[in-house]
Amino acid sequence: MQTTITVNGSVHASEVEGRRLLVHHLRDDLGLTGTNVGCDTSSCGACTVLVDGRSVKSCTMLAVQADGRQITTIEGLADGSTLHPMQEAFRACHGLQCGFCTPGMVMAAVSLLDEQPDPTEADVREGLEGNLCRCTGYHNIIKAVLSAAGAER
Amino acid sequence: MTVVGTRMVRKEDPELLTGESRFVDDLVIPGARWLAMVRSPHAHARIGSIDASEALAMPGVEAVLTGPDLRDAWVAPMPCAWPVTDDMGNPEHFPVALDKACYVGDIVAVVVADSRYHAADGVDGVVVDYEPLDVVVDLEDSLTDRVVIHDALGTNRSYTWELIPDPEAVDQAFASAVHVVKERYLQQRLIPAAMEPRGVAVVPQPHGGEFTLWSATQIPHVLKVMLTATAGVPEHKLRVVAPAVGGGFGSKLNVYAEELITLAVARQLRVPARWTEERGENAHATIQGRGQIQDIELAADADGKVTAVRVHLLADMGAYLQLVAPGIPLLGAFLYHGLYDVPAYSFTCTSVFTNKTPTDAYRGAGRPEATYAIERAMDALARTMGIGPDEVRRRNFIPTEAFPYNSAGGLVFDSGDYAPNLAKALDLVRWDERKAEQARRREAGDPVQLGLGISTYVEMCGLAPSRVLASLKYGAGGWEAAQVRVLPTGTVQVVTGATPHGQGHETTWSMLVADKLGVDTDDIEVLHSDTAISPIGMDTYGSRSLAVGGTAIVMAADQVVDKARTIAAHQLEVAEEDLDFAGGLFTVAGSPDKELSIQALAFEAFTAHDLPDGMEPNLHASVSWDPPNFVFPFGSHIAVVEIDTDTGHVELVDYVAVDDCGNQVNPLIVEGQIHGGIAQGVAQALFEEAVYDEDGILKNPTLMDYLVPSTMELPSFTLDHTTTPSPTNPMGAKGIGEAGTIASTPAVMNAVVDALSPYGITDIDMPATPERVWQAIQAAGDGSSNGGTP
Repeated sequence: MQTTITVNGSVHASEVEGRRLLVHHLRDDLGLTGTNVGCDTSSCGACTVLVDGRSVKSCTMLAVQADGRQITTIEGLADGSTLHPMQEAFRACHGLQCGFCTPGMVMAAVSLLDEQPDPTEADVREGLEGNLCRCTGYHNIIKAVLSAAGAER
Repeated sequence: MTVVGTRMVRKEDPELLTGESRFVDDLVIPGARWLAMVRSPHAHARIGSIDASEALAMPGVEAVLTGPDLRDAWVAPMPCAWPVTDDMGNPEHFPVALDKACYVGDIVAVVVADSRYHAADGVDGVVVDYEPLDVVVDLEDSLTDRVVIHDALGTNRSYTWELIPDPEAVDQAFASAVHVVKERYLQQRLIPAAMEPRGVAVVPQPHGGEFTLWSATQIPHVLKVMLTATAGVPEHKLRVVAPAVGGGFGSKLNVYAEELITLAVARQLRVPARWTEERGENAHATIQGRGQIQDIELAADADGKVTAVRVHLLADMGAYLQLVAPGIPLLGAFLYHGLYDVPAYSFTCTSVFTNKTPTDAYRGAGRPEATYAIERAMDALARTMGIGPDEVRRRNFIPTEAFPYNSAGGLVFDSGDYAPNLAKALDLVRWDERKAEQARRREAGDPVQLGLGISTYVEMCGLAPSRVLASLKYGAGGWEAAQVRVLPTGTVQVVTGATPHGQGHETTWSMLVADKLGVDTDDIEVLHSDTAISPIGMDTYGSRSLAVGGTAIVMAADQVVDKARTIAAHQLEVAEEDLDFAGGLFTVAGSPDKELSIQALAFEAFTAHDLPDGMEPNLHASVSWDPPNFVFPFGSHIAVVEIDTDTGHVELVDYVAVDDCGNQVNPLIVEGQIHGGIAQGVAQALFEEAVYDEDGILKNPTLMDYLVPSTMELPSFTLDHTTTPSPTNPMGAKGIGEAGTIASTPAVMNAVVDALSPYGITDIDMPATPERVWQAIQAAGDGSSNGGTP
């Protein structure tokens, strides 16, 4: 099946199987390997991207369902060599260790602040409930997101 | 300006934050064949015919290989590098099963296809004829040999190992004890569940004879040796690379069937081959942690001073022994008396096989189990005596003046100062204030009860003195290697044998070398995880990389400075003693025109135009360092829980940790390690368990029902520290990577039991699910059903 997706501002027209997951299309076909696959039950959120500005677990979407949509992956966040404020906040607060959950976590956090610019700690915990991390215990991730929110205010 | 001790942000972050890092599944390997594994759905079954015709007819499927097809690929069975006793039973097994499958997930065939989707399709097209056999999952049942798994052994018992230095002293202590505590605890199986599933990729050079293997592994150096020993690929032609690795926690410290299979298929078919694990596979086919029945007894005198500890463990090896699995229970063997001054000690462990996923190291590896048993038992002693859990610990701490301390198990604890550390934690958690709140709620019959739990721990890490490993029959050494090079244009490369997978090594080693050489951390590059680039090492596990690897690095850096000093003295025509070295510059007091930077000296060493007689060119130093002892971090953790007695729900509302890992290189990274460690230990107490039914089926192999905690299950943590330097290494540093996990599980369970003590409840099995807690409250009876005072 034909599908045309705009990813990080670039238009990609492809022929894909109907069953191909969006996450595999991004990773294997378009070479955007930043978005990761961490589970097989849409539990972990490592595959989180933005679809038309809203966070989506790309393992739960078929590539063909993204036809005509605008996708933002982790590769689309930084501006050249300048990190996005959320990426800067994660770095400053040591909100990552192995980095595998990080692209999905950062995308989910960006989406969270987009919807809730001034969250409390409880809001951040609830907003990121769908993104699992095994390394950090979340303590510094929460700090990073609150820091980014504060910086944006 | 020194950087060691500062909260420097990590150098590794930009590539991880932007998705630029390459994990194994990110690698682009043109022409690679994708492998998928056909795994037994039975926990114990004879393998009959394997019909791959349907699979071979599918688009893209090129081959299906069975155990017999691959038998000639192996020169030895799968390795176990820790034969803990001379008579240890180690059943021979190969990457692809030959006659029997012994656990759900055991590989019986390999599909080779042109894409990951086609390989997965192929698995469904392989029809295996199984003859199911009786299954054994329970440890005590396994010990009876009602169902023997490995015919060649004739028994399920792999080994019994003892540490009983003075049996009479132990018997005497129990005979004359005023208080005796006798407890049984269950260490449930855990799934390590690193966020990155495993994966392997192999690129062969069929005519040249070389192989490059990438694996999501913690142990590229060890893996290389073991791949040679098992698959017969010559070691000098094998390059093993750990790319970016997404967490390990011990689960990527193994020699896995899939690594061997991918190598063998690439060799046989003369094409690149790769495999990536699915999460459901990970639950079955990646090693699990813990799995013990613990019996612990304490003998104590009238003052509550513990005079003896006696422990018996029954440990679950799973279906086959893995790389270091037999030794995991033994890593805790020396610590079941904790940080208490106990004169008499007895430890015995029997390990058995079951028809379940094999076990091996999982964060803490034997030491969380030990700390759990002693810390729960100490609370039991406190209850028996009617004294507080803080008081029973104070009465038993190894006194500060006793260090270095000769433990009853035969170790030398390097340094410790326990009482002030506990005092700090009690203060931080506002112990008295919370105890008053607890009393108020009990008095009021509040349905939400409060519980406080203490865990004071010591752990042994920085694995390890090689001679001690020899005495334990461990198959390798515990040294670490480093090279420090100042390049001709003045920047620095540090080569390490440690293999990071999230611990911030690049930042930490840069900080150490920056201070030693007087260079900027941005001018230092750390090279690691690739046997072509870092040829020598013992890799990362057991909280060893700073204590052992970091020491090798600072020693190499010192040697570089010494060599630079000798060249400077020669070229400046002064005595070495007359040279000062600061900020990367050698100067001579009183002679401002005489100075040479370390960068200039590196260029001098490179051109070798004017070096002292007999000196080798280049400003490099290489060190392999074998530690003389373990290091012994310690601390006090206190958990505060609220239990809704109507639903059984346990909420962790506050958590205080005061840890002592000696001198800290980067407190930001230290805290991160503690946070992550606490999360996993809390999870064992409250959320996680690999649940098997009587047929050996794993009931919760997905992240929907294996409850790795999310942001909602954990609070933010309150951390503080004390600093008691270690005499074991020049940095005075101890490991910290596993301490959070070691400490936290008993802190939480002690809090749960504390909250429920008005009901007379003294134990809840882990995890303390709402159902378990609620059932315990119901079983306790009076006072609970009418909402009155419990």
